[in-house]
Amino acid sequence: MDRFVFLTVDGLSRGAVYAAFALALVLIWRGTRIINFAQGVMAVVTAYLAYSISNATGSYWVGFIVALASGLVLGAVVELAVMRRVEHAPPLNAVIVALGLVLFGQGVLGMIYGNQYRPAEAPFSRVAMTVAGVPVVSRYDLFVFGAVLVLMLAVAALFTRTATGLRMRAAAFEPMVSRLLGVNVARTLTLGWALAGLVGALAGLLVLPTGLGLHPTAMDLVFVSAFTAAVVGGLDSPAGAVVGGLVVGLVLSYVGGYVDSAATPLAVLGLLVAVLLVRPGGLFSGTTARRV
Amino acid sequence: MSALLEVTGLTAGYHGVPVLHEVDLTVRAGTICAVLGANGAGKTTLLRTLSGLVRPAAGRIVLDGAELRDLPVHELVRRGVAHVPEGRGVIAELTVDENLRLGGLWRGGGRALRQAVDQMYELFGPLAQRRGYPGHLLSGGERQLLALGRALVGRPRLLLLDEPSLGLAPRLVAQIMALLRQLRDDTGLAVLLVEQNVRSALSVADQAVVMSLGRVVTAAPAAQVADDAALRHAYLGF
Ligand SMILES: Nc1ncnc2c1ncn2[C@@H]1O[C@H](COP(=O)(O)OP(=O)(O)O)[C@@H](O)[C@H]1O
Ligand SMILES: [Mg+2]
Repeated sequence: MDRFVFLTVDGLSRGAVYAAFALALVLIWRGTRIINFAQGVMAVVTAYLAYSISNATGSYWVGFIVALASGLVLGAVVELAVMRRVEHAPPLNAVIVALGLVLFGQGVLGMIYGNQYRPAEAPFSRVAMTVAGVPVVSRYDLFVFGAVLVLMLAVAALFTRTATGLRMRAAAFEPMVSRLLGVNVARTLTLGWALAGLVGALAGLLVLPTGLGLHPTAMDLVFVSAFTAAVVGGLDSPAGAVVGGLVVGLVLSYVGGYVDSAATPLAVLGLLVAVLLVRPGGLFSGTTARRV
Repeated sequence: MSALLEVTGLTAGYHGVPVLHEVDLTVRAGTICAVLGANGAGKTTLLRTLSGLVRPAAGRIVLDGAELRDLPVHELVRRGVAHVPEGRGVIAELTVDENLRLGGLWRGGGRALRQAVDQMYELFGPLAQRRGYPGHLLSGGERQLLALGRALVGRPRLLLLDEPSLGLAPRLVAQIMALLRQLRDDTGLAVLLVEQNVRSALSVADQAVVMSLGRVVTAAPAAQVADDAALRHAYLGF
Protein backbone atom coordinates (compact mmCIF):
# COMPACT_ATOMS: atom_id res chain seq x y z
CA MET A 1 0.00 0.00 0.00
CA ASP A 2 2.83 2.40 0.89
CA ARG A 3 4.36 1.59 -2.41
CA PHE A 4 1.12 2.24 -4.25
CA VAL A 5 0.77 5.67 -2.60
CA PHE A 6 4.36 6.52 -3.41
CA LEU A 7 4.06 5.42 -7.03
CA THR A 8 0.79 7.27 -7.50
CA VAL A 9 2.08 10.55 -6.10
CA ASP A 10 5.30 10.20 -8.05
CA GLY A 11 3.33 9.39 -11.21
CA LEU A 12 1.04 12.37 -10.80
CA SER A 13 3.97 14.67 -10.11
CA ARG A 14 5.79 13.50 -13.23
CA GLY A 15 2.48 13.54 -15.10
CA ALA A 16 1.90 17.17 -14.18
CA VAL A 17 5.18 18.05 -15.86
CA TYR A 18 4.36 15.97 -18.92
CA ALA A 19 1.00 17.73 -19.01
CA ALA A 20 2.66 21.14 -19.07
CA PHE A 21 5.12 20.04 -21.73
CA ALA A 22 2.33 18.44 -23.78
CA LEU A 23 0.41 21.69 -23.51
CA ALA A 24 3.35 23.48 -25.11
CA LEU A 25 3.20 21.04 -28.03
CA VAL A 26 -0.58 21.48 -28.32
CA LEU A 27 -0.33 25.29 -28.35
CA ILE A 28 1.96 25.14 -31.36
CA TRP A 29 0.13 22.31 -33.11
CA ARG A 30 -3.22 24.12 -32.93
CA GLY A 31 -1.90 27.26 -34.56
CA THR A 32 0.58 25.92 -37.07
CA ARG A 33 0.03 22.14 -37.48
CA ILE A 34 3.67 21.66 -36.58
CA ILE A 35 5.00 19.23 -33.98
CA ASN A 36 7.76 21.21 -32.37
CA PHE A 37 10.49 18.62 -31.98
CA ALA A 38 12.74 21.42 -30.74
CA GLN A 39 10.55 22.06 -27.68
CA GLY A 40 12.88 19.98 -25.50
CA VAL A 41 16.09 21.70 -26.47
CA MET A 42 14.42 25.10 -26.12
CA ALA A 43 13.50 24.17 -22.56
CA VAL A 44 17.05 23.00 -21.87
CA VAL A 45 18.44 26.31 -23.12
CA THR A 46 16.28 28.20 -20.65
CA ALA A 47 17.21 25.76 -17.87
CA TYR A 48 20.93 26.40 -18.47
CA LEU A 49 20.19 30.10 -18.35
CA ALA A 50 18.46 29.60 -15.00
CA TYR A 51 21.50 27.59 -13.84
CA SER A 52 23.93 30.37 -14.79
CA ILE A 53 21.82 33.15 -13.33
CA SER A 54 21.07 31.27 -10.12
CA ASN A 55 24.79 30.62 -9.67
CA ALA A 56 25.66 34.24 -10.33
CA THR A 57 22.99 35.71 -8.06
CA GLY A 58 22.79 32.96 -5.47
CA SER A 59 19.01 32.91 -5.84
CA TYR A 60 17.06 30.02 -7.37
CA TRP A 61 14.05 32.27 -7.92
CA VAL A 62 15.87 34.92 -9.96
CA GLY A 63 17.04 32.15 -12.28
CA PHE A 64 13.52 30.70 -12.34
CA ILE A 65 11.89 33.96 -13.39
CA VAL A 66 14.57 34.73 -15.97
CA ALA A 67 14.16 31.25 -17.46
CA LEU A 68 10.40 31.67 -17.86
CA ALA A 69 10.84 35.09 -19.46
CA SER A 70 13.56 33.81 -21.76
CA GLY A 71 11.31 30.89 -22.73
CA LEU A 72 8.73 33.41 -23.87
CA VAL A 73 11.31 35.33 -25.91
CA LEU A 74 12.96 32.20 -27.29
CA GLY A 75 9.61 30.83 -28.51
CA ALA A 76 8.86 34.05 -30.35
CA VAL A 77 12.36 34.27 -31.83
CA VAL A 78 12.32 30.68 -33.08
CA GLU A 79 8.98 31.27 -34.77
CA LEU A 80 9.90 34.59 -36.32
CA ALA A 81 13.42 33.67 -37.40
CA VAL A 82 13.03 30.03 -38.41
CA MET A 83 9.65 28.33 -38.29
CA ARG A 84 7.77 31.09 -40.15
CA ARG A 85 9.63 30.02 -43.27
CA VAL A 86 8.28 26.47 -43.12
CA GLU A 87 4.77 27.07 -41.77
CA HIS A 88 3.25 26.81 -45.22
CA ALA A 89 5.67 24.24 -46.60
CA PRO A 90 5.08 20.47 -46.63
CA PRO A 91 4.98 19.12 -43.03
CA LEU A 92 8.28 17.27 -43.38
CA ASN A 93 10.13 20.58 -43.84
CA ALA A 94 9.10 21.73 -40.39
CA VAL A 95 10.14 18.41 -38.87
CA ILE A 96 13.56 18.61 -40.46
CA VAL A 97 14.06 22.25 -39.49
CA ALA A 98 13.03 21.46 -35.90
CA LEU A 99 15.44 18.52 -35.75
CA GLY A 100 18.11 20.85 -37.12
CA LEU A 101 17.38 23.21 -34.25
CA VAL A 102 17.79 20.32 -31.81
CA LEU A 103 21.25 19.46 -33.15
CA PHE A 104 22.25 23.11 -33.28
CA GLY A 105 20.99 23.87 -29.78
CA GLN A 106 22.54 20.79 -28.22
CA GLY A 107 25.83 21.48 -29.99
CA VAL A 108 26.00 25.07 -28.81
CA LEU A 109 25.07 24.14 -25.24
CA GLY A 110 27.78 21.46 -25.28
CA MET A 111 30.34 24.03 -26.41
CA ILE A 112 29.38 26.51 -23.72
CA TYR A 113 28.66 24.28 -20.75
CA GLY A 114 30.37 21.01 -21.66
CA ASN A 115 28.71 17.65 -22.06
CA GLN A 116 28.78 16.52 -18.44
CA TYR A 117 25.75 16.46 -16.18
CA ARG A 118 25.42 19.46 -13.90
CA PRO A 119 23.28 19.42 -10.80
CA ALA A 120 19.80 20.87 -11.24
CA GLU A 121 18.81 22.47 -7.99
CA ALA A 122 15.40 21.88 -6.43
CA PRO A 123 14.02 24.82 -4.43
CA PHE A 124 12.25 22.56 -1.92
CA SER A 125 13.00 19.27 -0.23
CA ARG A 126 12.35 16.20 -2.36
CA VAL A 127 12.04 13.97 0.68
CA ALA A 128 8.50 12.76 1.14
CA MET A 129 6.66 13.95 4.22
CA THR A 130 5.02 11.19 6.20
CA VAL A 131 1.39 10.93 7.19
CA ALA A 132 0.81 8.38 9.97
CA GLY A 133 4.20 6.87 9.27
CA VAL A 134 3.58 6.51 5.52
CA PRO A 135 5.74 8.68 3.23
CA VAL A 136 3.23 10.46 0.99
CA VAL A 137 4.35 13.59 -0.80
CA SER A 138 7.38 15.87 -0.81
CA ARG A 139 7.38 19.63 -0.63
CA TYR A 140 8.85 19.65 -4.10
CA ASP A 141 5.96 17.54 -5.41
CA LEU A 142 3.55 20.06 -3.93
CA PHE A 143 5.48 22.85 -5.62
CA VAL A 144 5.23 21.01 -8.95
CA PHE A 145 1.48 20.49 -8.55
CA GLY A 146 0.97 24.11 -7.56
CA ALA A 147 3.08 25.54 -10.37
CA VAL A 148 1.40 23.41 -13.03
CA LEU A 149 -2.05 24.18 -11.64
CA VAL A 150 -1.39 27.94 -11.69
CA LEU A 151 -0.03 27.63 -15.22
CA MET A 152 -3.06 25.68 -16.46
CA LEU A 153 -5.51 28.11 -14.89
CA ALA A 154 -3.64 31.05 -16.38
CA VAL A 155 -3.62 29.53 -19.86
CA ALA A 156 -7.32 28.59 -19.57
CA ALA A 157 -8.16 32.13 -18.47
CA LEU A 158 -6.13 33.59 -21.32
CA PHE A 159 -8.01 31.50 -23.88
CA THR A 160 -11.53 31.84 -22.52
CA ARG A 161 -11.56 35.26 -20.88
CA THR A 162 -9.41 37.58 -22.97
CA ALA A 163 -9.63 39.17 -26.39
CA THR A 164 -6.16 37.87 -27.21
CA GLY A 165 -7.23 34.33 -26.37
CA LEU A 166 -10.32 34.65 -28.54
CA ARG A 167 -8.16 35.83 -31.43
CA MET A 168 -5.73 32.96 -30.92
CA ARG A 169 -8.48 30.36 -30.93
CA ALA A 170 -10.18 31.90 -33.96
CA ALA A 171 -6.91 32.04 -35.88
CA ALA A 172 -6.14 28.43 -35.03
CA PHE A 173 -9.51 27.17 -36.27
CA GLU A 174 -10.15 29.43 -39.26
CA PRO A 175 -7.15 31.54 -40.25
CA MET A 176 -8.72 32.93 -43.43
CA VAL A 177 -11.97 34.00 -41.81
CA SER A 178 -10.04 35.43 -38.87
CA ARG A 179 -7.98 37.63 -41.16
CA LEU A 180 -11.17 38.94 -42.76
CA LEU A 181 -12.32 39.86 -39.25
CA GLY A 182 -9.18 41.86 -38.60
CA VAL A 183 -7.09 39.29 -36.74
CA ASN A 184 -3.37 39.53 -37.44
CA VAL A 185 -2.96 35.77 -37.74
CA ALA A 186 0.83 35.89 -38.07
CA ARG A 187 1.01 37.66 -34.74
CA THR A 188 -1.20 35.10 -33.00
CA LEU A 189 1.13 32.36 -34.25
CA THR A 190 4.15 34.14 -32.80
CA LEU A 191 2.26 34.55 -29.56
CA GLY A 192 1.40 30.84 -29.52
CA TRP A 193 5.07 29.92 -29.92
CA ALA A 194 6.06 32.40 -27.22
CA LEU A 195 3.50 30.95 -24.84
CA ALA A 196 4.66 27.42 -25.67
CA GLY A 197 8.23 28.53 -25.00
CA LEU A 198 7.24 29.73 -21.54
CA VAL A 199 5.20 26.63 -20.74
CA GLY A 200 8.00 24.35 -21.96
CA ALA A 201 10.56 26.28 -19.92
CA LEU A 202 8.50 25.80 -16.78
CA ALA A 203 8.15 22.07 -17.48
CA GLY A 204 11.91 21.80 -17.94
CA LEU A 205 12.67 23.65 -14.71
CA LEU A 206 10.27 21.39 -12.83
CA VAL A 207 11.41 18.07 -14.26
CA LEU A 208 15.19 18.44 -14.39
CA PRO A 209 15.79 18.26 -10.62
CA THR A 210 13.99 14.89 -10.58
CA GLY A 211 16.31 13.33 -13.14
CA LEU A 212 20.05 13.10 -13.63
CA GLY A 213 20.42 16.86 -13.82
CA LEU A 214 21.30 19.36 -16.50
CA HIS A 215 22.63 18.10 -19.83
CA PRO A 216 22.09 19.26 -23.43
CA THR A 217 20.04 16.11 -24.10
CA ALA A 218 18.30 16.06 -20.71
CA MET A 219 14.82 16.70 -22.16
CA ASP A 220 14.90 14.07 -24.91
CA LEU A 221 13.06 11.38 -22.96
CA VAL A 222 10.70 13.92 -21.43
CA PHE A 223 9.84 15.00 -24.94
CA VAL A 224 8.89 11.45 -25.92
CA SER A 225 6.65 11.10 -22.87
CA ALA A 226 5.05 14.50 -23.39
CA PHE A 227 4.51 13.83 -27.07
CA THR A 228 2.76 10.60 -26.12
CA ALA A 229 0.69 12.55 -23.59
CA ALA A 230 -0.32 15.05 -26.25
CA VAL A 231 -1.32 12.28 -28.68
CA VAL A 232 -3.18 10.41 -25.93
CA GLY A 233 -5.16 13.53 -25.11
CA GLY A 234 -5.60 14.66 -28.70
CA LEU A 235 -3.16 17.15 -30.20
CA ASP A 236 -5.90 19.74 -30.61
CA SER A 237 -7.06 19.70 -27.01
CA PRO A 238 -5.37 21.62 -24.18
CA ALA A 239 -7.57 19.78 -21.68
CA GLY A 240 -6.57 16.52 -23.34
CA ALA A 241 -2.89 17.41 -22.87
CA VAL A 242 -3.46 17.67 -19.13
CA VAL A 243 -5.27 14.36 -18.84
CA GLY A 244 -2.83 12.69 -21.23
CA GLY A 245 0.10 13.94 -19.16
CA LEU A 246 -1.31 12.54 -15.96
CA VAL A 247 -2.13 9.20 -17.63
CA VAL A 248 1.38 8.86 -19.04
CA GLY A 249 2.91 9.84 -15.71
CA LEU A 250 0.92 7.20 -13.85
CA VAL A 251 1.58 4.49 -16.43
CA LEU A 252 5.31 5.17 -16.31
CA SER A 253 5.34 5.18 -12.55
CA TYR A 254 3.36 1.94 -12.13
CA VAL A 255 5.27 0.10 -14.85
CA GLY A 256 8.58 1.28 -13.41
CA GLY A 257 7.54 0.38 -9.88
CA TYR A 258 5.71 -2.90 -10.34
CA VAL A 259 7.29 -4.31 -13.50
CA ASP A 260 10.75 -3.08 -14.33
CA SER A 261 12.14 0.41 -14.75
CA ALA A 262 13.80 -0.76 -17.97
CA ALA A 263 10.31 -1.43 -19.37
CA THR A 264 9.06 2.16 -19.08
CA PRO A 265 10.13 3.31 -22.57
CA LEU A 266 8.31 0.28 -24.00
CA ALA A 267 5.23 1.13 -21.94
CA VAL A 268 5.19 4.66 -23.39
CA LEU A 269 5.45 3.34 -26.92
CA GLY A 270 2.79 0.71 -26.20
CA LEU A 271 0.43 3.39 -24.95
CA LEU A 272 1.12 5.53 -28.00
CA VAL A 273 0.41 2.66 -30.39
CA ALA A 274 -2.72 1.61 -28.48
CA VAL A 275 -4.21 5.10 -28.61
CA LEU A 276 -3.36 5.54 -32.27
CA LEU A 277 -5.07 2.23 -33.07
CA VAL A 278 -8.18 2.73 -30.95
CA ARG A 279 -8.73 6.48 -31.08
CA PRO A 280 -6.33 8.13 -33.52
CA GLY A 281 -7.68 11.60 -32.75
CA GLY A 282 -6.87 11.18 -29.07
CA LEU A 283 -9.16 10.59 -26.11
CA PHE A 284 -10.49 14.16 -26.29
CA SER A 285 -11.07 14.35 -30.02
CA GLY A 286 -14.86 14.18 -29.53
CA THR A 287 -16.97 14.79 -32.59
CA THR A 288 -14.73 16.89 -34.74
CA ALA A 289 -16.66 19.88 -35.98
CA ARG A 290 -17.08 20.25 -39.68
CA ARG A 291 -14.64 22.70 -41.19
CA VAL A 292 -16.68 25.31 -43.04
CA MET B 1 -22.57 61.57 -55.03
CA SER B 2 -18.94 60.45 -55.14
CA ALA B 3 -17.89 56.82 -55.24
CA LEU B 4 -17.07 54.93 -52.05
CA LEU B 5 -15.39 52.10 -53.93
CA GLU B 6 -13.68 52.66 -57.25
CA VAL B 7 -12.16 49.65 -58.97
CA THR B 8 -10.28 50.14 -62.23
CA GLY B 9 -8.53 47.71 -64.55
CA LEU B 10 -8.50 44.94 -61.96
CA THR B 11 -6.79 41.80 -63.21
CA ALA B 12 -6.32 38.88 -60.85
CA GLY B 13 -6.27 35.10 -60.74
CA TYR B 14 -4.67 32.02 -59.27
CA HIS B 15 -1.13 30.75 -59.81
CA GLY B 16 -0.45 33.33 -62.49
CA VAL B 17 -3.53 32.43 -64.54
CA PRO B 18 -5.86 35.43 -64.69
CA VAL B 19 -9.52 34.90 -63.81
CA LEU B 20 -10.56 38.56 -63.70
CA HIS B 21 -9.76 40.69 -66.74
CA GLU B 22 -9.59 44.46 -66.35
CA VAL B 23 -12.66 44.76 -64.19
CA ASP B 24 -14.05 48.27 -63.61
CA LEU B 25 -16.58 48.83 -60.87
CA THR B 26 -18.01 51.74 -58.90
CA VAL B 27 -20.07 51.54 -55.72
CA ARG B 28 -21.47 54.68 -54.12
CA ALA B 29 -22.16 55.01 -50.41
CA GLY B 30 -25.71 54.12 -49.46
CA THR B 31 -26.30 51.90 -52.48
CA ILE B 32 -26.54 48.18 -53.15
CA CYS B 33 -24.72 46.84 -56.16
CA ALA B 34 -25.62 43.33 -57.33
CA VAL B 35 -22.89 41.26 -58.99
CA LEU B 36 -24.51 38.69 -61.24
CA GLY B 37 -23.27 36.02 -63.58
CA ALA B 38 -23.07 32.29 -64.19
CA ASN B 39 -21.09 29.88 -62.08
CA GLY B 40 -17.40 30.42 -62.66
CA ALA B 41 -17.85 33.97 -63.95
CA GLY B 42 -15.40 35.23 -61.33
CA LYS B 43 -17.75 36.78 -58.77
CA THR B 44 -16.15 35.12 -55.77
CA THR B 45 -12.70 35.89 -57.10
CA LEU B 46 -13.70 39.55 -57.42
CA LEU B 47 -14.72 39.73 -53.75
CA ARG B 48 -11.62 37.83 -52.66
CA THR B 49 -9.45 40.26 -54.58
CA LEU B 50 -11.19 43.27 -53.07
CA SER B 51 -10.54 42.00 -49.56
CA GLY B 52 -6.93 41.10 -50.26
CA LEU B 53 -7.21 37.29 -50.17
CA VAL B 54 -6.22 37.23 -53.83
CA ARG B 55 -3.49 39.64 -54.92
CA PRO B 56 -4.21 41.47 -58.18
CA ALA B 57 -1.74 41.42 -61.04
CA ALA B 58 -2.87 44.87 -62.14
CA GLY B 59 -5.42 47.56 -61.42
CA ARG B 60 -6.50 49.79 -58.60
CA ILE B 61 -8.88 49.33 -55.64
CA VAL B 62 -9.65 52.72 -54.15
CA LEU B 63 -11.87 53.15 -51.12
CA ASP B 64 -12.79 56.71 -50.25
CA GLY B 65 -9.66 57.94 -52.01
CA ALA B 66 -7.23 55.45 -50.42
CA GLU B 67 -5.56 52.60 -52.33
CA LEU B 68 -6.30 49.24 -50.69
CA ARG B 69 -4.40 46.98 -53.04
CA ASP B 70 -1.28 46.39 -50.98
CA LEU B 71 -2.82 46.28 -47.52
CA PRO B 72 -2.69 43.06 -45.51
CA VAL B 73 -6.07 41.34 -45.25
CA HIS B 74 -6.49 42.07 -41.55
CA GLU B 75 -6.21 45.82 -42.24
CA LEU B 76 -9.28 45.86 -44.46
CA VAL B 77 -11.84 45.84 -41.65
CA ARG B 78 -10.06 48.83 -40.19
CA ARG B 79 -10.79 50.69 -43.44
CA GLY B 80 -14.46 49.76 -43.20
CA VAL B 81 -14.61 46.75 -45.52
CA ALA B 82 -16.35 43.60 -44.28
CA HIS B 83 -16.33 40.42 -46.37
CA VAL B 84 -18.76 37.60 -45.64
CA PRO B 85 -17.20 34.76 -47.62
CA GLU B 86 -18.92 32.14 -49.72
CA GLY B 87 -19.93 29.30 -47.42
CA ARG B 88 -20.33 31.89 -44.67
CA GLY B 89 -17.27 31.23 -42.54
CA VAL B 90 -18.93 30.85 -39.18
CA ILE B 91 -16.21 29.51 -36.87
CA ALA B 92 -17.78 26.20 -35.87
CA GLU B 93 -15.69 25.71 -32.72
CA LEU B 94 -16.56 29.12 -31.25
CA THR B 95 -19.89 30.04 -29.70
CA VAL B 96 -22.39 32.39 -31.30
CA ASP B 97 -21.37 35.10 -28.85
CA GLU B 98 -17.66 34.61 -29.52
CA ASN B 99 -18.25 34.72 -33.28
CA LEU B 100 -20.14 37.98 -32.91
CA ARG B 101 -17.54 39.54 -30.62
CA LEU B 102 -14.81 38.62 -33.05
CA GLY B 103 -16.51 40.84 -35.62
CA GLY B 104 -15.94 43.95 -33.53
CA LEU B 105 -12.81 43.01 -31.64
CA TRP B 106 -10.57 45.08 -33.89
CA ARG B 107 -12.22 48.21 -32.47
CA GLY B 108 -11.30 47.03 -28.97
CA GLY B 109 -13.27 45.07 -26.40
CA GLY B 110 -15.18 46.41 -23.44
CA ARG B 111 -18.59 47.96 -23.16
CA ALA B 112 -18.84 49.34 -26.69
CA LEU B 113 -18.29 45.85 -28.10
CA ARG B 114 -20.86 44.37 -25.72
CA GLN B 115 -23.39 46.96 -26.89
CA ALA B 116 -22.70 46.28 -30.55
CA VAL B 117 -23.16 42.54 -29.98
CA ASP B 118 -26.36 43.03 -28.00
CA GLN B 119 -27.65 45.18 -30.84
CA MET B 120 -27.21 42.22 -33.17
CA TYR B 121 -29.21 40.02 -30.81
CA GLU B 122 -32.03 42.53 -31.08
CA LEU B 123 -31.75 42.56 -34.85
CA PHE B 124 -31.47 38.77 -35.15
CA GLY B 125 -33.82 37.28 -32.59
CA PRO B 126 -32.99 33.62 -33.32
CA LEU B 127 -29.32 34.23 -32.44
CA ALA B 128 -30.18 35.63 -29.02
CA GLN B 129 -31.48 32.23 -27.96
CA ARG B 130 -28.29 30.54 -29.14
CA ARG B 131 -25.63 32.75 -27.53
CA GLY B 132 -23.72 29.92 -25.89
CA TYR B 133 -24.11 27.40 -28.72
CA PRO B 134 -21.02 26.42 -30.70
CA GLY B 135 -21.32 27.35 -34.36
CA HIS B 136 -21.51 23.77 -35.57
CA LEU B 137 -24.86 23.27 -33.83
CA LEU B 138 -26.55 26.05 -35.82
CA SER B 139 -28.85 25.53 -38.79
CA GLY B 140 -27.89 26.88 -42.20
CA GLY B 141 -30.16 29.89 -41.76
CA GLU B 142 -28.81 30.67 -38.33
CA ARG B 143 -25.27 30.45 -39.66
CA GLN B 144 -26.04 32.94 -42.39
CA LEU B 145 -27.57 35.35 -39.89
CA LEU B 146 -24.55 34.90 -37.66
CA ALA B 147 -22.06 35.56 -40.46
CA LEU B 148 -23.99 38.65 -41.48
CA GLY B 149 -24.41 39.86 -37.90
CA ARG B 150 -20.73 39.31 -37.20
CA ALA B 151 -19.77 41.49 -40.16
CA LEU B 152 -22.19 44.19 -39.02
CA VAL B 153 -20.80 44.27 -35.45
CA GLY B 154 -17.73 45.97 -36.96
CA ARG B 155 -20.00 48.69 -38.43
CA PRO B 156 -18.53 48.52 -41.96
CA ARG B 157 -18.96 51.12 -44.66
CA LEU B 158 -18.78 48.52 -47.42
CA LEU B 159 -20.18 45.02 -47.08
CA LEU B 160 -19.07 42.31 -49.48
CA LEU B 161 -21.63 39.49 -49.46
CA ASP B 162 -21.00 36.25 -51.33
CA GLU B 163 -24.26 34.42 -52.05
CA PRO B 164 -26.03 35.07 -48.78
CA SER B 165 -29.19 33.31 -49.98
CA LEU B 166 -27.48 30.01 -50.82
CA GLY B 167 -29.50 27.15 -49.37
CA LEU B 168 -31.89 29.36 -47.43
CA ALA B 169 -35.68 29.29 -47.31
CA PRO B 170 -37.32 32.03 -49.43
CA ARG B 171 -38.81 33.68 -46.38
CA LEU B 172 -35.37 34.06 -44.81
CA VAL B 173 -33.93 35.37 -48.07
CA ALA B 174 -36.62 38.04 -48.18
CA GLN B 175 -35.84 38.95 -44.59
CA ILE B 176 -32.14 39.37 -45.33
CA MET B 177 -32.83 41.49 -48.40
CA ALA B 178 -35.17 43.71 -46.39
CA LEU B 179 -32.48 44.11 -43.75
CA LEU B 180 -29.89 45.14 -46.36
CA ARG B 181 -32.30 47.73 -47.73
CA GLN B 182 -32.89 49.06 -44.23
CA LEU B 183 -29.17 49.31 -43.43
CA ARG B 184 -28.54 51.05 -46.73
CA ASP B 185 -31.24 53.65 -46.04
CA ASP B 186 -30.58 54.15 -42.33
CA THR B 187 -26.79 53.97 -42.09
CA GLY B 188 -25.53 54.69 -45.58
CA LEU B 189 -24.02 51.21 -45.85
CA ALA B 190 -22.81 50.22 -49.30
CA VAL B 191 -23.23 46.58 -50.31
CA LEU B 192 -21.61 44.56 -53.05
CA LEU B 193 -24.02 41.67 -53.32
CA VAL B 194 -22.98 38.54 -55.21
CA GLU B 195 -26.03 36.42 -55.94
CA GLN B 196 -27.18 33.38 -57.87
CA ASN B 197 -30.70 34.34 -56.90
CA VAL B 198 -30.97 37.00 -59.60
CA ARG B 199 -34.58 38.03 -58.96
CA SER B 200 -34.18 38.76 -55.27
CA ALA B 201 -30.85 40.49 -55.87
CA LEU B 202 -32.32 42.76 -58.55
CA SER B 203 -35.32 43.50 -56.37
CA VAL B 204 -33.13 45.05 -53.71
CA ALA B 205 -30.19 46.42 -55.71
CA ASP B 206 -29.73 49.95 -57.03
CA GLN B 207 -27.03 49.03 -59.51
CA ALA B 208 -26.18 45.73 -61.16
CA VAL B 209 -23.01 44.39 -62.70
CA VAL B 210 -23.16 41.37 -64.96
CA MET B 211 -20.01 39.31 -65.26
CA SER B 212 -19.06 36.66 -67.76
CA LEU B 213 -15.75 34.82 -68.00
CA GLY B 214 -14.07 37.26 -65.66
CA ARG B 215 -15.17 40.41 -67.46
CA VAL B 216 -17.84 42.96 -66.69
CA VAL B 217 -20.26 42.82 -69.62
CA THR B 218 -22.82 45.26 -68.26
CA ALA B 219 -22.95 47.82 -65.48
CA ALA B 220 -26.29 49.57 -65.24
CA PRO B 221 -29.14 50.50 -62.90
CA ALA B 222 -30.72 47.32 -61.54
CA ALA B 223 -34.14 48.09 -62.99
CA GLN B 224 -32.61 48.43 -66.44
CA VAL B 225 -30.91 45.04 -66.18
CA ALA B 226 -34.14 43.48 -64.96
CA ASP B 227 -35.96 44.85 -67.99
CA ASP B 228 -33.36 43.82 -70.55
CA ALA B 229 -34.71 40.51 -71.82
CA ALA B 230 -31.80 39.86 -74.20
CA LEU B 231 -29.22 40.40 -71.45
CA ARG B 232 -31.13 38.18 -69.04
CA HIS B 233 -31.34 35.39 -71.59
CA ALA B 234 -27.70 35.63 -72.55
CA TYR B 235 -26.09 35.79 -69.11
CA LEU B 236 -28.61 35.22 -66.36
CA GLY B 237 -30.60 32.30 -67.68
CA PHE B 238 -34.17 33.54 -67.35
N1 LIG C 1 -8.59 28.61 -55.57
C1 LIG C 1 -8.64 28.56 -56.90
N2 LIG C 1 -7.58 28.11 -57.60
C2 LIG C 1 -7.61 28.07 -58.95
N3 LIG C 1 -8.65 28.47 -59.69
C3 LIG C 1 -9.75 28.92 -59.07
C4 LIG C 1 -9.80 29.00 -57.63
N4 LIG C 1 -11.01 29.50 -57.27
C5 LIG C 1 -11.68 29.72 -58.43
N5 LIG C 1 -10.93 29.38 -59.50
C6 LIG C 1 -11.35 29.52 -60.90
O1 LIG C 1 -11.70 30.85 -61.13
C7 LIG C 1 -12.85 30.94 -61.95
C8 LIG C 1 -13.88 31.82 -61.30
O2 LIG C 1 -14.33 31.19 -60.10
P1 LIG C 1 -15.20 31.97 -59.05
O3 LIG C 1 -14.58 33.28 -58.80
O4 LIG C 1 -15.38 31.06 -57.89
O5 LIG C 1 -16.57 32.18 -59.82
P2 LIG C 1 -18.04 32.41 -59.29
O6 LIG C 1 -17.97 32.83 -57.86
O7 LIG C 1 -18.59 33.46 -60.18
O8 LIG C 1 -18.78 31.12 -59.44
C9 LIG C 1 -13.30 29.52 -62.20
O9 LIG C 1 -12.88 29.13 -63.48
C10 LIG C 1 -12.60 28.71 -61.16
O10 LIG C 1 -12.27 27.44 -61.65
MG1 LIG D 1 -18.83 32.00 -56.16
